[in-house]
Amino acid sequence: MKPNRKNYINPLNGKKSFLRLEEVVLKNHSTTPNASLQTLDELLERDNQREIDGFERKIKLGKIVKPSENGSNEIIIVPTTVETKFHHDNSISNEDELVGGTGSEEEGTILGEKRNQSNEEEGEGMGPGNGDEKGHDLNSDAYNLGKVLTTHFNLPNLQQKGIKKSLTQYSYDLTDLNKGFGQLIDKKQTLKRVIKTNILLGNINTNTAPDLSKLIHTPQDTIYKILSKEVSYETEALVFFVRDYSGSMQGNASEVVLTQHLFLYSWLMYQYNKKVKTKFILHDTEAKEVQDFNTYYRSNVAGGTQIHPAFSLVNSIIENEQMHLSKNIYVFYGSDGDDWKDNNNTLINELKKLSKYVNRIGILIAKNASNSLPTTLESTLEESNILSELRDKLKLSRVNANEFTEEQIIDSIKFFLTV
Amino acid sequence: MEGCKERALDAGLRFDRESLEYIVTNTDLIELQPKVMIPTMYDFWVNDIQVIQGKEKYKVYPHNPYETVINSRPAISFYNDNNPDWLNVMIFYHVLAHIDFFQNNQLFSNTWDEDFVGKALADKRQISSLRNRHGRWVDYVIEFSRSIDNLIGFFSNLQESIAPTVGNDMASYYFNIFCQKHLKLNEHYIFNQIENYNSLISNNPQVGEVLFFNEIIKKHPEFEAEFQNHLNSKNVSKIDVVEFIRDHSPFLNKERNKWMKTVLNIIRDSSLYFSPQMRTKIINEGWASFWHDRLFRSDDRIKGNEIQYAKINAAVTSISRVGLNPYAIGLRLVQQVEDLGNKGMLSHEFDRLTNMEERQNFNNKSSRGLDAIFHLRKNYSDFTLINAFVSQDFVSKHNLMVIGKRLNEDRNTTEYYVKSKKASDYKTMLLDTLYHPPSIRIDEVKTNDSCLYLIHEFEGKQLLKSHIKSTMMGIAFLWGGSVELITNEIRLNKSDGTSWNKQVIYSFKKGVLSKEEL
Repeated sequence: MKPNRKNYINPLNGKKSFLRLEEVVLKNHSTTPNASLQTLDELLERDNQREIDGFERKIKLGKIVKPSENGSNEIIIVPTTVETKFHHDNSISNEDELVGGTGSEEEGTILGEKRNQSNEEEGEGMGPGNGDEKGHDLNSDAYNLGKVLTTHFNLPNLQQKGIKKSLTQYSYDLTDLNKGFGQLIDKKQTLKRVIKTNILLGNINTNTAPDLSKLIHTPQDTIYKILSKEVSYETEALVFFVRDYSGSMQGNASEVVLTQHLFLYSWLMYQYNKKVKTKFILHDTEAKEVQDFNTYYRSNVAGGTQIHPAFSLVNSIIENEQMHLSKNIYVFYGSDGDDWKDNNNTLINELKKLSKYVNRIGILIAKNASNSLPTTLESTLEESNILSELRDKLKLSRVNANEFTEEQIIDSIKFFLTV
Repeated sequence: MEGCKERALDAGLRFDRESLEYIVTNTDLIELQPKVMIPTMYDFWVNDIQVIQGKEKYKVYPHNPYETVINSRPAISFYNDNNPDWLNVMIFYHVLAHIDFFQNNQLFSNTWDEDFVGKALADKRQISSLRNRHGRWVDYVIEFSRSIDNLIGFFSNLQESIAPTVGNDMASYYFNIFCQKHLKLNEHYIFNQIENYNSLISNNPQVGEVLFFNEIIKKHPEFEAEFQNHLNSKNVSKIDVVEFIRDHSPFLNKERNKWMKTVLNIIRDSSLYFSPQMRTKIINEGWASFWHDRLFRSDDRIKGNEIQYAKINAAVTSISRVGLNPYAIGLRLVQQVEDLGNKGMLSHEFDRLTNMEERQNFNNKSSRGLDAIFHLRKNYSDFTLINAFVSQDFVSKHNLMVIGKRLNEDRNTTEYYVKSKKASDYKTMLLDTLYHPPSIRIDEVKTNDSCLYLIHEFEGKQLLKSHIKSTMMGIAFLWGGSVELITNEIRLNKSDGTSWNKQVIYSFKKGVLSKEEL
């Protein structure tokens, strides 16, 4: 091919070219896509620009389920976008969802079953699933997700928005060294300096023992310890995630609450530079604390609902350890709004008590769309007038569980965190 | 590869001798997938997101295709660099069968002369030069054009080139439409007329046609006008939504926006180019699997790798217990057609048989199986293949069934159960999985400069609601006004299982979408 190169006509575009076809194709598939690939940051910036240009944002957060051997699947968050087109919607019908298959069973045979999860799962598979296969790898992913959430959705930045205390605490300690002046002489360092200076001056000979009387000591060689500002990395924020896991929460309601709590958790991890202490509390008619987000995320029971035990548990945890004296406490609660009416205002009293300890209580009600009437929880709160009484501390937001969008959840987080 | 080509050509496959093969890495494949494997495809940010996503996904599910073929001239194929050599031999056959399908199936006839990779490269350069001038607005136009790129008239376009429309010339219109629809003449009379016409032409090659139609016009003075009307109405309906917007949008016709038409054309052309591929997935994979199996097993180079081959082949072509494997179904259907052909069951002779027993035992040993599948490869698409050959025999033979998913509320589980083993249900289920974009056309009477009216021809399925708003927003942008869409919605009554349709009209005006029931 080489001799012809100068006259080679590129069959790709009909133009004369110095490149052979192979080179054109190779060049384009191995370098150009790489070179033109945009980073996630650039893509998010583009998405911001969309809003300014008057179009909706397009980049959403998607999940990939990563199965792992011990049964707790990890979820990886990736950016995702959907190109919208007019499509047929096959889901609207009274028919069951259908797939193909093969086998010798008779019509009507049940082939297998899968336990329903509180939120949908990607990927395929059939057969009896085990109930504990849902979980989150929150170590690094949550941090990344938080970063995306903060930059992308313009969530309020905690420090800037001035939620009262900064997390990072400063203390003053004699840890810095200073030449010439200071609070306390550091003898060892001073001696080192003196020897160094004298070596340079030639007063110390490496072969013989130094004559100490001949050493010269300048004020500049005296090293002092000096008071300095030190950042204390003690955990300052404590976040309670509380949710209703009773029977009525099955399905979308749980999905809404958990999505919000996952976002909040991730965002706090990022905001507090991974130094946030969390507690997870589940309740039906009784409340219990669970160890980690995994358990918190995947638990489900069938049962009635009583909300106040959850808040009294939170109160007792705080009181037992006197946490409110040293920490910023946030409580986020999610429920579908169902509650057993109690006439003693137990819930309201617990909330009032809690409000003295905490910086913020955010209550999310994921309403099932079927009834537009206020839920028991809503009416309890309305009647007690607690919402306006504790305007600074208590925020209530409602989301329609059946038609929720990511934006609504983000908006509700923003609302929780406004001052 | 060259050895494979010889053997494949000997077996009857037909393709250009020229082809290009590349060995690529998994990363390359991930980066190519969003661009539909065309390395020279224009850049678009959505693809970049898919690449990021693909890379994450690959970490979790390390899986990539063995090969990919681009329907271009010359055909280009990519091979995963993880493939062992003996496997590549099998894959070559698979690829050659794909190339054969691309280059012979009628659905692809509009792509036969096209060097798409080269065209895409030109488009890519065009778009990047536009981007230099217009910045991110190019990406908006790409996005909005892509949001309607499934509303292109693929079939009308195809028909135009392989089977010119009936009634485009006077004779065709007169005999096929005018006589039958307007005059409602009986067949016998029309045949006489045709004979009359033919003899006139063979006697007077120069003026025969004129003579004939002079007679007709004397007899039916309205004929000429009707013919003109017919031509006009044809021309209008042939234009698809994208073309209409391109040609008539007041916004795009403004001098400063004319560049957008270039983008619209590029998107439309790409979409047209991919259309046949989307409509032949099952048959194409079936065809390729059929041939890789047949050719590879007779290839001496397989020696020593039979077991590995059997394993991979089984993984690719076994029917899923639950789920749909296009390779498997496609392969079984091609085999079925070959079998029918071998037994001569694709003949009139067989069709005329009514006796069940005779039908079952029918075998005229005609061995026309190969002819039958080559005919299939030339003329069939996924739809026609399934529609014609998914029979009860086929379904029973392979133990196929439709599996339903339903909620068991007591146990809080989703149950998978055998819903039906009937061929008709299986066929419907298969057909439902095929690519079938909604049929949406322009209401040209109502449309004006400030509002574009769209009509969705309801086919028993409503439009996906979550996509309506942003799609209409894109159209409104391209039209430079508001957009209205008439469609139907399905209303369900869960308690008694009935459903009915309700006509609704969506209108998108100044950034707000509203819906009204009619």
